[in-house]
Amino acid sequence: MAQRRMTLAEQTPTTRVQRSTTEAFRALRKNPNMAFGFVVLTFMLFTAVFAPFLGTSDPTFLVPLDRLIPPGSDHFFGTDHLGRDVYSRVMYGSRVSLQVGAGVALSVIALGLFFGLLSGYNRFLDKIIMRIADGLMSIPSFLLAIALMALLGPSLRNVIIALTVASVPETTRLVRALVLSLREQEYVSAARAVGCGPVRIVARHVLPNTVAPVLVLGSFITAAAIISEAGLSFLGAGIPADTPSWGNIMGQGRQYNQIAIWILFFPGLFLSLTVLGANLIGDGLRDTLDPRLRRLA
Amino acid sequence: MRRYIVQRVLAIIPVVAIVSVITFSLIHIVPGDPATILGGDQATEADIARIQARMGLDKPIYEQFAIWFWNLLQGDLGVSPASKYPVGKQILQRLPPTVSIGIYALVVQAMVALPLGVLSAWKANSWVDRSSMVFAVLAFSIPVFWLEYNLIYLLAVKVPWFPALGYEPLSAGVGPWLRSITLPSVCVGLISAGLVARVTRSAMLEVLNADYIRTARSKGLAERVVLIRHALRSAAVPIMTILGLSLAGMIGGLVISEQVFAIPGMGRLVVDAVSNRDFPVIQGVLLIIALSYVVVNLVIDLVYVYLDPRIRY
Repeated sequence: MAQRRMTLAEQTPTTRVQRSTTEAFRALRKNPNMAFGFVVLTFMLFTAVFAPFLGTSDPTFLVPLDRLIPPGSDHFFGTDHLGRDVYSRVMYGSRVSLQVGAGVALSVIALGLFFGLLSGYNRFLDKIIMRIADGLMSIPSFLLAIALMALLGPSLRNVIIALTVASVPETTRLVRALVLSLREQEYVSAARAVGCGPVRIVARHVLPNTVAPVLVLGSFITAAAIISEAGLSFLGAGIPADTPSWGNIMGQGRQYNQIAIWILFFPGLFLSLTVLGANLIGDGLRDTLDPRLRRLA
Repeated sequence: MRRYIVQRVLAIIPVVAIVSVITFSLIHIVPGDPATILGGDQATEADIARIQARMGLDKPIYEQFAIWFWNLLQGDLGVSPASKYPVGKQILQRLPPTVSIGIYALVVQAMVALPLGVLSAWKANSWVDRSSMVFAVLAFSIPVFWLEYNLIYLLAVKVPWFPALGYEPLSAGVGPWLRSITLPSVCVGLISAGLVARVTRSAMLEVLNADYIRTARSKGLAERVVLIRHALRSAAVPIMTILGLSLAGMIGGLVISEQVFAIPGMGRLVVDAVSNRDFPVIQGVLLIIALSYVVVNLVIDLVYVYLDPRIRY
């Protein structure tokens, strides 16, 4: 009985926001992996925002005499071949990765929803969009991104553009498949039967049902974008050399890998943790929001 | 069945056509004239006009495409303006290291991912399952070059078992050849094994719940036979699909690894082309890799017909 009263008490009117926050916390407690992901990403966001106050020095400041010093109390993560403090560079580097992750995820989702809806609702456009998507998807996305970077030239904005172009086709396909299946749902037929126009149906019945899968997809896209940016910058085709990014730091220090592994080890560790965090959040969201989506992995 | 095969083969024609249009238009859709980009910062008006004339860039765009495509059909990928050397020949020269590492990595990937996936589905939620899924998510999250540098440090610098860089051709002997490609192949294979292990697990989980698995068990078949002959066989289609698709990620890994290990393969070729703004080479590599990717996935689709008698369109 007591338990029953508890559940009733829980159902007493709360605002929607309150309920969803408590639900979110419950989901987090049930899924420690996802909680870990949130902790890691929050930590990275903290280092990105407060990089100047975390005991760092100017990440681009060269001290030629202090080159290749191993990690110690002066330089937590050692110094690179130009005498720059690796710790400071890593702290500032999180800015680039988080901007790329968020920028790519937001633009891929916006464009993916746009083209996916167009494709799901218009037979003629569907043919064109899907053929282009097929073509783009048959070029391995990292290679496509490299080619685009060669044309656009290195910059943060161009990295976001190149990685977006490389991953929009897949998202478009997923959204399209989702729209096609949602269109067949009975409540959509019902809405149509009572005279809702296509715009209202999309806005009220189709789009809200894409939120859960799109959130899951968004975290995986973030993870993939961060790792690809590092790859591009590592190859010298990503972020300009004068801006510290995790990929850049590793790319510039790679000739010294046999004598100064720390230049590569620490940025890579932060990078891996961040990507792991985003992936764990994606897995957790998928399991919580829609267990049927497990197959998307 | 023959109709399905013919249809499936014909279906790649539009894809190939679109890939060539995309590859061709790459240097035209970007703001700025390709000749100006090629000429660099110091080019004068006259230089740019000369480059335009030499590359046929002064002709209308559809004519340029027609010429390019006609040459392509004859196997002519153009000449690299940087090295003055035919692109096709350059790619052929760079093929052996990339193909060696690619095949080796594929073997590593399959040998790691399939047993892990099968085991974790068989013992779902056990420690085996949990640790192999931890492996899978780590494989998604660790950049291949970071894994490589750490392994170089451990297995080439600290303990000199493998060379830290370089490639030995097969003509130098099987031993040196294998030793020079082991580290990159193992790293690329491990990183791409995560996805395949996950898909194998979920495909196996679905099959293991089927009635005929219970029947197979109840008639007293050994668990090994049930798992491999009855379950893995039925789960083969999604697993083969993901093996084919994971090739795309593997190619990205190969491009980076060739840079890490200073291996003169196609990845090196394309990265060098990027820094020299050598667009014919970039286009050629893109096209060749996209075509091989399409063909591999086509072959996998055709293999299904034999693997799965239900597929008879």
